[in-house]
Amino acid sequence: MKLQEFTTSSHNFEECMKCTVCTVYCPVLQVNPLYPGPKQAGPDGERLRLKDPYFFNYALKYCMNCKRCEVSCPSGVHVADLIQAARIKYDRSAPKLRDRILASTDFMGSLARPVAPVVNAVTGLGITRAVLDSTLKIDHRRVFPKYSGRSFERWLRRREKQQAAFEEQVAYFHGCYVNYNYPRLGKDLVKVMNALGVGVQLLEREKCCGIALITNGMSAQAAKNAAHNLDSIRKAVTGKGLKVVTTSSTCTLTIREEYPNLLGQDNADVKASILTAARFICEKIEKGATLRFRPDFHKKVAYHTPCHMEKMGWGIFSEKLLRMIPGLELTILDSNCCGIAGTYGFKKENYEYSQAIGEPLFRQIREVNPDSVACDCETCKWQIEMSTGYTVENPISLLAQALEDDEEK
Amino acid sequence: MRFDTLIIGGGLAGLLAGISLQKAGRKTAIVSTGQNSLYFFSGTFESVEEPSERLRELLSECGIRVHYSPGVRFMPLGTFRDSALSLEDISLFPTPEIARKALIVNFAGYLDFFSSFISEGLSRHGASCRMVTLDMPELSRFHQNPDEMRSAQIARALDSNWEKVVKEVCVMLHDEDTVILPQVFGLQDAEIPEKIRRGIPARVIFTGTLPPSVPGIRTQMLLKRRYEVLGGTYLSGDEVVGAHLYEGTVHSVVTRNLEGHYLEAGHFILATGGYFSKGLKSNPFQVYEPLFGLDVDYSEDRNAWYAPSFAADQPYMNYGVKTDEHLHALLQGNPVSNLLVAGSVLGATHPELGSGAGLAIRSAFAAVDQILKASPDQA
Repeated sequence: MKLQEFTTSSHNFEECMKCTVCTVYCPVLQVNPLYPGPKQAGPDGERLRLKDPYFFNYALKYCMNCKRCEVSCPSGVHVADLIQAARIKYDRSAPKLRDRILASTDFMGSLARPVAPVVNAVTGLGITRAVLDSTLKIDHRRVFPKYSGRSFERWLRRREKQQAAFEEQVAYFHGCYVNYNYPRLGKDLVKVMNALGVGVQLLEREKCCGIALITNGMSAQAAKNAAHNLDSIRKAVTGKGLKVVTTSSTCTLTIREEYPNLLGQDNADVKASILTAARFICEKIEKGATLRFRPDFHKKVAYHTPCHMEKMGWGIFSEKLLRMIPGLELTILDSNCCGIAGTYGFKKENYEYSQAIGEPLFRQIREVNPDSVACDCETCKWQIEMSTGYTVENPISLLAQALEDDEEK
Repeated sequence: MRFDTLIIGGGLAGLLAGISLQKAGRKTAIVSTGQNSLYFFSGTFESVEEPSERLRELLSECGIRVHYSPGVRFMPLGTFRDSALSLEDISLFPTPEIARKALIVNFAGYLDFFSSFISEGLSRHGASCRMVTLDMPELSRFHQNPDEMRSAQIARALDSNWEKVVKEVCVMLHDEDTVILPQVFGLQDAEIPEKIRRGIPARVIFTGTLPPSVPGIRTQMLLKRRYEVLGGTYLSGDEVVGAHLYEGTVHSVVTRNLEGHYLEAGHFILATGGYFSKGLKSNPFQVYEPLFGLDVDYSEDRNAWYAPSFAADQPYMNYGVKTDEHLHALLQGNPVSNLLVAGSVLGATHPELGSGAGLAIRSAFAAVDQILKASPDQA
C-alpha cells in the first residue's frame, strides 16, 4: 500500500484503464478530425512522451481545456491537466503575436480603457475585423467584447469608506472582464452583498488569473500572475480573515485548481476561502440570512452551466440562487459546451469548430426562448450573445435585479 | 444543503432509485464519480424474470424501449447466451439456429467489431456467412485518427446518416436471410435501430462491440435526463470523500468538489458499484468498502478469493457489503439505520452472466421501498 503511494504518477495518469468514456464527452473530437481526442492526447500520449518527448503532438493545441473529459472519467484521471501540462512541458514553439495579444487580457484592458469609445468603434468595424483576420488570424466573424471607459476598481475605490462601514467584509476577485469590460456585474455583486449586510473590498492588487496565458503557451507569465494573486489573496484571507468571492467560474477554477495542478503554485492554505459569490450567498442564506425580493419581478431564464463550473461542481449554488428568486421561471439547459473556451474561439483556425460545438446549446436556447440566459462565465456570454442574439446575465446580476430595495446605484 | 435522500453513485441503481424517489415527491441528489458501468452495458438486463409493471412504466417514461422474450441472444464473440428482458436493440431468439445465410457487415477501419468470430459462431449453428466491409465517406475522417474510431464516434456520425447505411447494405445483400451489424446506432435517437430493421429486407441483428456501449450510453443519458426533469440534483464528476455518523445514523457527507459544505439527508443510498467503480476495493489483506468502512462478506483466506481457472466463477466477484434483511448496511455488525445499499456493491453478481443490471434494478427498488416505508408522510 505504501509502495502504491510512491508510484502514483502525476495527474493520476496510471489510473486510466482505456475505457474511452472521455472520448464520448470531448466536444472537440466530435467536430475536429485534427484533434487526437482526450484519451490519445492525455494518458495514452503521456506514456509515449515519458519515453521520448519526440512523441509530443502539436495537435494538443486543439484541446479547449473544458475539462469535460475529467468530469466523465470514472477513474479520476486528470485528463485535461495531462494535456495542458504536456503543452507546458514540451511545446517549444514561441507564442504568436496574436496569441500574446489575446492572452494579455489585463494589459490590453488597461490600454483600451482610456480610449474605450474609440476602441469599441474601431473593433466593431468590418474593415478592422478583415484586417485582424488576414494579419493576425483572429476570425472576422467574431464579435469583440466592448471596453468600459471606467474601471470597476476605480468605481469601488470611490466607495471604499461606504463599504468599510459594513461589519462583515468580503474581498472580491473581480477578474479582467468586470474591471475593463463590464463593471455592471461588479456593481451588481456589491448591491447583493450590501443587501446581505456585507461590505465588498478589493484585493490589495489583482492581476489576470492567467488562464488565457496558460492556454496560449505563456505559462511562465501565468505562474508570475498566480504568485502575485496568491500573495494578495493570502493578505486578505490569512491577514484579514476574509473570504474571497468571485463572479467568474473560470477565474475561480484557475485560482483553485490550475494554480497548484499546472503552475506549481501551492494554494492549500487559502483554497477553501476562495468561493464563487453564489456559493458564499447560498451558505449565508442557509445559515439564516435573508434577502427581500421585489414582488413584481418576472423573468423567464435558462441557466447554462459553464464547463469550468461543471468541473468544479458548483453549478448547484448558482441554480439554487436562481430558484430563490420569486417570479423567476427557470429552465436548466442540457450540459453542453458553448464552444468558445476563452480565446480559443477567437482564432481563425478554430472558429468553425467553435460554432459547431456550440450549436446544440444554441438550438436549445432558441427552443426555450427565454427572456435571458443565465451563466457565470464571461466568454460563454460573448459566445451565446453573438450566436443566438439572447442576452446573457450572471446569476448575481439577476439576483440584483430582483432585490427589493434599490438605494444603491 | 439538505435533501430527503442522498444517493452515492450515479449508475443504473442510483438513477433508478433517484427517479423513483423524485416521482414520490422526495428531494434527492446523486453524487456521481464520472461515468459508470452503463457504458459497458450489454443491453440485456440479466437475471430479471418477467419485468414488473413498475419497471416497465419507469423505463417507458424515460423513453427506454425494452422487450421481454426469454430465449437467447447472439454475443459478439459468436456464442449465445440466455437472455430475457432487453433493450429493443438486442434481438432475442428461442434457439441459436437463427440464420441459414448471414451477411456480416463491418465499417472499414473499425477494429472493435470481430466479424470472423461472429462468422465462426454462426457457422457452428449451420449458417453460411459472408463478411463485407462498408467504406462510408461519413466515417473517413476517422482514418486520420484510427485510435478514435470507437463505437460512440461512429454512432454520432451515423445518427444522421443511417439511411445511407441501409442503402449500402441493401446493395450488398444477395440472398442472405440475416444481416449482422455492429451495435453503433442510435446514440441520441432510440428509434434508429428499429428504422434500420424496417429498411433492410432481412433479419437485422445488432451485435455488441468493444466499449463504450452505444445502447448503454443512450440508456444512461435517458435515465439522467428523466431524473433531472423530475427535479433531481445530479452532481457529475464528484466523489464522496467523507461521512459523518452519529449513533448508528449517517448525518451528512462531504464531497471532493464541495469540500467544506455538508450534504445532509434523512436517508442515504450507497450505490457505488463493484471493484470497477471502486465501490469495493481490495489489497493483499482484505476486501473493503472504502467510504464508510462497512462490513464486507469475504473470505479471510486470500487463496479462496480466486478459482484456479480464469474462466471459472471467481469467488471474489461475489463479495460485497453485508446488509440486514431490509438492505441496511452493516457496520461492525450493527445496521446503519438510514443507509441502504443497492447495486453491484452488494456483490453476488455473476459477471459470466453479463451485467449486474438485474441486481441493480431489484435492490434499487427495494431500497426505495424501505425509505418510503420509513418516512411515509414526507413529500
